[in-house]
Amino acid sequence: MNASQPPRSDVVDVVEVRDLVVRYGAATALDNVSLRVAPGEMVALVGPNGAGKSTLVNTLTGILTPASGSVEVRARIAQVPEGRQMFGDLTVDDNLRLGAWQLRGRGESRRKQRDTSWVYELLPDLVRVRDRKAGGMSGGQQQMVAVGRALMSRPEVLVIDELSLGLAPLIVADLAEHLTELNREQGTAVVLIEQNARLALDLCSRAYVLEAGRIAAEGDSADLAASPDIARAYLGEAQALPAPPDAQDDPGPHDPGPRDRAMADPAPTPGTAGTARGNQDTAVQAARAATREAK
Amino acid sequence: MSDFLVYLITGLGTGCGIALIGSGLVLIHRVTRVVNFAQGTFAVVGALTAISLLDTGLPHGLSEVLGVAVAAVVGLLVGVIAIGRRGTSPQAALMVTLGLGILAYAVEVMLWGDQGRSSEGLSGAVTVFGARIQTHYLLIIGVTAAVFAALAGLFGRTDAGKALSACSSNPYAARVVGISVTRMGLIAFAIGGALGGLAGVLLAPMNSMAFDSDVALIINGFAAAVVGSMHHIGRTLAGALFLGVAEAMVAGYGSATYQTVVALGLVLALMIGQAARTHSVVAEAG
Repeated sequence: MNASQPPRSDVVDVVEVRDLVVRYGAATALDNVSLRVAPGEMVALVGPNGAGKSTLVNTLTGILTPASGSVEVRARIAQVPEGRQMFGDLTVDDNLRLGAWQLRGRGESRRKQRDTSWVYELLPDLVRVRDRKAGGMSGGQQQMVAVGRALMSRPEVLVIDELSLGLAPLIVADLAEHLTELNREQGTAVVLIEQNARLALDLCSRAYVLEAGRIAAEGDSADLAASPDIARAYLGEAQALPAPPDAQDDPGPHDPGPRDRAMADPAPTPGTAGTARGNQDTAVQAARAATREAK
Repeated sequence: MSDFLVYLITGLGTGCGIALIGSGLVLIHRVTRVVNFAQGTFAVVGALTAISLLDTGLPHGLSEVLGVAVAAVVGLLVGVIAIGRRGTSPQAALMVTLGLGILAYAVEVMLWGDQGRSSEGLSGAVTVFGARIQTHYLLIIGVTAAVFAALAGLFGRTDAGKALSACSSNPYAARVVGISVTRMGLIAFAIGGALGGLAGVLLAPMNSMAFDSDVALIINGFAAAVVGSMHHIGRTLAGALFLGVAEAMVAGYGSATYQTVVALGLVLALMIGQAARTHSVVAEAG
């Protein structure tokens, strides 16, 4: 399913983050994070709740300011924020048109900038609801609107924060297909931030594992997915693998893995977040082991 | 019958002035979630500026336009102080607008003194079904109709209007798509200032304006805005017209002493009915 092309060494990265530190007051949310995204590449960023994924997204798109380090975005970037974040009082069509807001004054005619027809071609399910208020639509439809709204700014890099959050597996699969098509046909680079690591690793060619504000592992998605430690910590495959040396770190038969929880839960719950944080030590160890393996 | 028509038209004229104040409150609240207690001040500043300019010999029309423009600038300044600093909560901004409204008293007394002043409105009268109506009331109604049509066009048809609504609907998402929420808030304050100023210059020939006239204006405007749930400009207009007509009827058939009390009592009853209806809808949904 890895649709995107592997990065070429002679191509300038569209996103380059070096030694990024972001703080909320005294708390450090991101600590020396570095990552890169090549043109047309699909990159996954996985990790539990509270790892700093959304902070990283908001820093990439300029909503948050880094305390130190550098963020270079060399292409037009757009964001699909966590939780869809609709303009609930406005129609689907209005939501899409506002996606082109940042293109104002950039040469092209306003009429062309406001043209939503190509987005409806890409996401045809939205055509019949275009005049409905976005606030009253289902989660899946809202996520499509959020993706379409981001596409309206004609981005070369699309950052998607929790594509699958609160959505049924079939809808997630449909959205994933649309993303793959977008990446393949328009060459749009995608940065996919996900708790559902299985989905992210399947969809993207490269991945970063973020733990407690640090990059704990990085590499080809296939290699990371093949790592027993990553599989145990993120893919819910503890039962299929030999028991780890420290039995206390094992999530156990009654504790579904993050992926299973993501697929089963209709929406994030405090319990999910708490459990994810509870698995943090295990995940950190797994990520570190994977990094050692990669080296 | 002719008395009733006179009270109705004059009530609608007063209601239009209230609607302009109320729509300014709604517009600012809709974009910034701030209840702007300086809204009445904009009307006073607009009216007194226009009167001063008329006194210097400037013609009608130009003086009123400049009065509205000054009120818009004052609105922008209030906005800069109230929401210009990133992260200011709507509650803190509300207190800032209240403080600025009081500070404005001192400035207004220094500039224009503490006595009420009024301007000469559109002269003449027309006879409608035997009722003699001052032309100025018809001017107020016409201008207000045009302004509300423009506001409906702004919010219903333009990207700028949609962006203003987006800031209120979801400020975070607005930032995500590249809309500057602060800039939009300042635009809302400037438009709110202009709407307040317009109310002031239109009402000045009917009611003399003094530094403390803002209290009556904001009370009526706020009542109308609450009828519009601080969000719907059309319902705010309806509430304001009801309020204006009710006040005119009470003053005409009863006593002018009780006009505000009775009218506000009616609005209060309307609000209680509205709240009960909302409560029952929520209970049904639950």
